Amino acid sequence: MTNRRQLLRQTVAVAAGGMLLLRPASATPESLQKVITGFTGGAPIRTGRVKLQIAELVENGNAVPVTISVDSPMTAADHVRRIALFNQRNPQSDVAVFELSPVNGRAEVGTRIRLATSQTVVAMAQMNDGSVWQHRVDVIVTLAACIEGG
Amino acid sequence: MARSVIHMPATARPGDIIAVRVLVQHSMETGYRSNSVGEPLARDIIRRVECRFDGETVFAADLFPAIAANPSVAFYLRATRSGSLQVEWRGDAGFSHTDSARLQVG
Amino acid sequence: MRRVATGLALSACLASAAAQFIGTTLQRRSGFDDMSPALQAMQRDDTQNPAWLWLKGGEKTFDADCARCHTNTQLRSVATRYPAFDSLLGKPVTLSGRINLCRQRHLQREPLAAESDELIGLETWLGWQARGLPIAPPADPRLAAARSKGENLYRSKFGQLDFSCAQCHDDNAGRRLAGSTITQAHPTGYPIYRLEWQGMGSLQRRLRGCMSAVRAEPFGFGSDELTALEMFLAQRAAGMPIETPAIRP
Repeated sequence: MTNRRQLLRQTVAVAAGGMLLLRPASATPESLQKVITGFTGGAPIRTGRVKLQIAELVENGNAVPVTISVDSPMTAADHVRRIALFNQRNPQSDVAVFELSPVNGRAEVGTRIRLATSQTVVAMAQMNDGSVWQHRVDVIVTLAACIEGG
Repeated sequence: MARSVIHMPATARPGDIIAVRVLVQHSMETGYRSNSVGEPLARDIIRRVECRFDGETVFAADLFPAIAANPSVAFYLRATRSGSLQVEWRGDAGFSHTDSARLQVG
Repeated sequence: MRRVATGLALSACLASAAAQFIGTTLQRRSGFDDMSPALQAMQRDDTQNPAWLWLKGGEKTFDADCARCHTNTQLRSVATRYPAFDSLLGKPVTLSGRINLCRQRHLQREPLAAESDELIGLETWLGWQARGLPIAPPADPRLAAARSKGENLYRSKFGQLDFSCAQCHDDNAGRRLAGSTITQAHPTGYPIYRLEWQGMGSLQRRLRGCMSAVRAEPFGFGSDELTALEMFLAQRAAGMPIETPAIRP
C-alpha cells in the first residue's frame, strides 16, 4: 500500500526541486567580493563595532527581520556614514545600503529581507573616517512546504 | 495608488532620539521569477527611499530585490525642533510615492 | 436495568463531552505559539506588522463609507460572531459577506471582489477592533445545520491525496510537514499576513490553499461549503482570543 505521507513528501520534494530548477544561479563568492569592494573602496575590513541581529534559523525566507546596530556616538567627529547589507547566495549580492549622519543620534537600522537559501549574511558599516567594520552571520533557511498554489 | 504608514511618535522633547519605521505597499518583484506559463516577470522594485525633515535629508537607503515585499525600513532621529518628516519612495516603472508625518518638539 | 443503561449512556456521554472539552479547550494552541520568536515579534509589535498597510486602508474605507451608520465601539465585537445568520438571505454569511451585503443594501454599491485590498482592509479593521476578545459563535439554532455540514466537510477526505482536514490538523497537529509545524488550524488571526503569500488573505484563501495542497478542486470564494467550514472552525475555536491581524509563515 502506498503510504500517503511518503507520497506527500515526494510531491513536496518534486515541487521544491522544480522551484530550484527555475531559480537562476546564485551569487558567486566573486560577485559578493565585488560589491563589498565597491562599498569599502578598498579599505581594510575589520571585525567588530557592527552587530547584525537576525534569527539563525528562519522558517520562511520571504521576510526575515534584520536589525543592524553600530557602536558609535553619532557625533560630527565620529559617526557612521553608511551601513550595507550583503548576502552570499541570493541571485544578487546586494540587499540594501543605508545612509546615516549625526542627526540620527543612534546608529541602528532595520528592515526585512529575502533569503533564497541557507547562507551567510554580511553587515558592514563605513565610518566618517573611512574605516569599515563588519559582522557576518550564518543563517539556516528551512524550506517551506511549496505545495500550495493559493 | 500605493499605501504607506509612518510609525513615529507625534511629540518628543528636545534631544530625544525617536524611532521611525516606514512601511509601503509594494510587491518588490525581483526579476528572477516566472509566471505560471513560464514567462519571466520583469523586475519591479522600489530602489530608493529618502526621508527629509523640513527639507533636510535625515536618512536614505538604496534597496535591492532582496528586500521583502511591502518594504519596512526603520531608523532613528534626534528630535531638535518641530517639523514635518517627508518620506519618498521611488522605483522601477516610474513608481513614486510620498507620505509625511508631523513631529511636535517642546 | 433500563435506567442503569440510560445512566451509563449518559455518563459515557458526559465523559466524552469532558474529553472533548479537554481536547478542544485546554490543549488548544494558536498557530502563533508555533512560530519563531522573530515572527511572533513581527505580529506583537504593531510598528513591525506589515498588515498595518491594509488595516489603515480599512480604517479609511470605514470612515468614508461605514461611519455614517456605525461607530467602531458599536462594531467592536462583530468579528467574534461571524459567520452569522442573515434573515433576508435565509442562510449564514461570513464577515466579508456581511460587509458586501451592507454595501449593496445600504449604500447601493457593487460588492467588493473577494481578496481585494479594500475588502481585506475592512475585514482586517473589524478583526482588529475585536483583538483580544474571545471567538463567540452565536447560539442561533438556524446555524446548526450548516455548522454540522462544516464538521462533515472537515472530516471528509478530499483530492488526489485523499486527505481530510482532521487527519492533518487533529490527528497530526504538532508534528512536522516539510519543515513546518502542522497547526491545529484555529482561525484566530484572519485576515492574516502570510509570508508565503507576501501579502494578506482571508480564511477562505487559506482553506482553498489547503484544498489545492491535497490536489482537490477548491470550493469557490463565498460558497456555502467554505462558509460552513468557517462556522465549524469558529465553533472549534470558541473562546480563543482574536489576534487579527496575525502573521503566519
